[in-house]
Amino acid sequence: MPLTVLEVLDISAGHAGRPAVEGVSFSVSKGELLGIVGPNGAGKTTLFRSILGLHPCTGTVRLFGRGGPDLAPLIGYVPQRLWFEPNFPATVRDIVSMGLVSNRREKAAEHILHSVGHERHRTPGNASERVDEAMCSAGVGHLAGRRIGELSGGEQQRVFIAKALVKDPVLLILDEPVTGVDADAQERFYAAIQNANKARGIATVWSSHDLDAIKRYAGRVVCMNRRLFFHGSKDEFFADAEALRTYSESSMQAHMLEHGGARP
Amino acid sequence: MIEALEHGFMQRALLAGVLVGSACSLMGAFLVLRRQSLFGDGIAHVAFGGIAAGFFTGVFPLWTTFAAAIAGGIGLQKLRSYAGISGETAVAVVLVTGLAAGVLLISYGGGFSTDLFGFLFGNILLVGGEDLAIISITSIAVIAVILPLRGQLLHAAFSEEQARVSGVHVTALNYLFVAIAAVTVVASMRLVGMLLISALVVLPNVAAMSLGLGFARTLAASAAISATSVVTGVLISYYLDLAPSGAIVAVALSIMGIMLARRRLL
Repeated sequence: MPLTVLEVLDISAGHAGRPAVEGVSFSVSKGELLGIVGPNGAGKTTLFRSILGLHPCTGTVRLFGRGGPDLAPLIGYVPQRLWFEPNFPATVRDIVSMGLVSNRREKAAEHILHSVGHERHRTPGNASERVDEAMCSAGVGHLAGRRIGELSGGEQQRVFIAKALVKDPVLLILDEPVTGVDADAQERFYAAIQNANKARGIATVWSSHDLDAIKRYAGRVVCMNRRLFFHGSKDEFFADAEALRTYSESSMQAHMLEHGGARP
Repeated sequence: MIEALEHGFMQRALLAGVLVGSACSLMGAFLVLRRQSLFGDGIAHVAFGGIAAGFFTGVFPLWTTFAAAIAGGIGLQKLRSYAGISGETAVAVVLVTGLAAGVLLISYGGGFSTDLFGFLFGNILLVGGEDLAIISITSIAVIAVILPLRGQLLHAAFSEEQARVSGVHVTALNYLFVAIAAVTVVASMRLVGMLLISALVVLPNVAAMSLGLGFARTLAASAAISATSVVTGVLISYYLDLAPSGAIVAVALSIMGIMLARRRLL
């Protein structure tokens, strides 16, 4: 039985008094890739932000059975799209280096991992070598000296994957990371994610509108639209007519038709 | 050139100018990246209130100015985070508050004085030995605090949310930064005056950021452009008998213009 990394219990959160997430619970284990699907406005981003402590919520979020800010160095997060000035004076190496964690925080995190008996993948070498390794595993090593604003959307998202990986996280949270990215770039992005998930055993929670990709890469699936409608294996999900109907009877179907994506 | 450097006042002016210019450009890089370029102006106007309070109460104006500027910086940060007011609007609110307080205190105290004029427009050539000591200590302290925090400051400027997820204490960092920025602004007022403060904060950084360099090199280029502007401006003002603050800003503007034109042409 693989070790449970993240437990989300009965999370509820809202915006200006209106509920966005209601009583959602799920868990993710080491090396597992959990796909989260749901229509636009289903509360996926609010759920992720609640898990990360960026949005107020009720319920419980536990990493290895515990909570608290000491766990931040163990979580990598790639949001939908980050807005920044096109001439932001930072190279890819600068951006990936931002993800490095201080020695003090690193030690505190290591202490927690030791106490729960979790062994994480550790990239050997000094800070600079770890940045190199993270850039290579996300497929952006050749872009190290380029400014972030000069890159395409797909390249930028892979840089953010490298930034999330450089701290050797045990949990990766990806919020529709390839929205607006062309198909080729999406494939390269998925390859980078799969590499991190399988080779490094990183528990991954990934929301996507692309059911084809979910079918190919995810192990289990959560389907939500404010509340949780389905939580189980992807085979069950794609065989479950009701779960699929919940999914497709929403604005999602319009989105899929509009963007030519896969239909259930 | 050599003759100009023989004067004590020129030596003090150049040393103070290079130190303050470096501190301003370093601090200003993060203000520009945080889209708070007019922060310096806002704080300078609050500092004006602080100067007026110093004259009014008889306390050494520098201390009341530092206190007012830091309070203004923290007030600005609170307006942004608690009242949900956007950065530029918060600057406007803080700016008029400081200015109004200054005007009220001055009118109550019986009118403007010539000392006040120096703070408004600055005069780097009038920097005395005591001024130089205060400016040197402040500038070196600002640089010594910002340099070790540059990675975290860059992260927070890039995305506060991403910085938080990485465990950066963004709120504490923001308060520390506005306090440092306020101190930097007060230290620079003697040189270019409160009305031209944003020039030292913004122009070298706009020029450096247009070069397409990475972060560390951009900071170095900005400091070099700032130092060049101050030294050239002071020498021009000495030989042509012009106001030094205006000459420094004119040089910085010219460098920025050349850099931006170069980017367009290349």
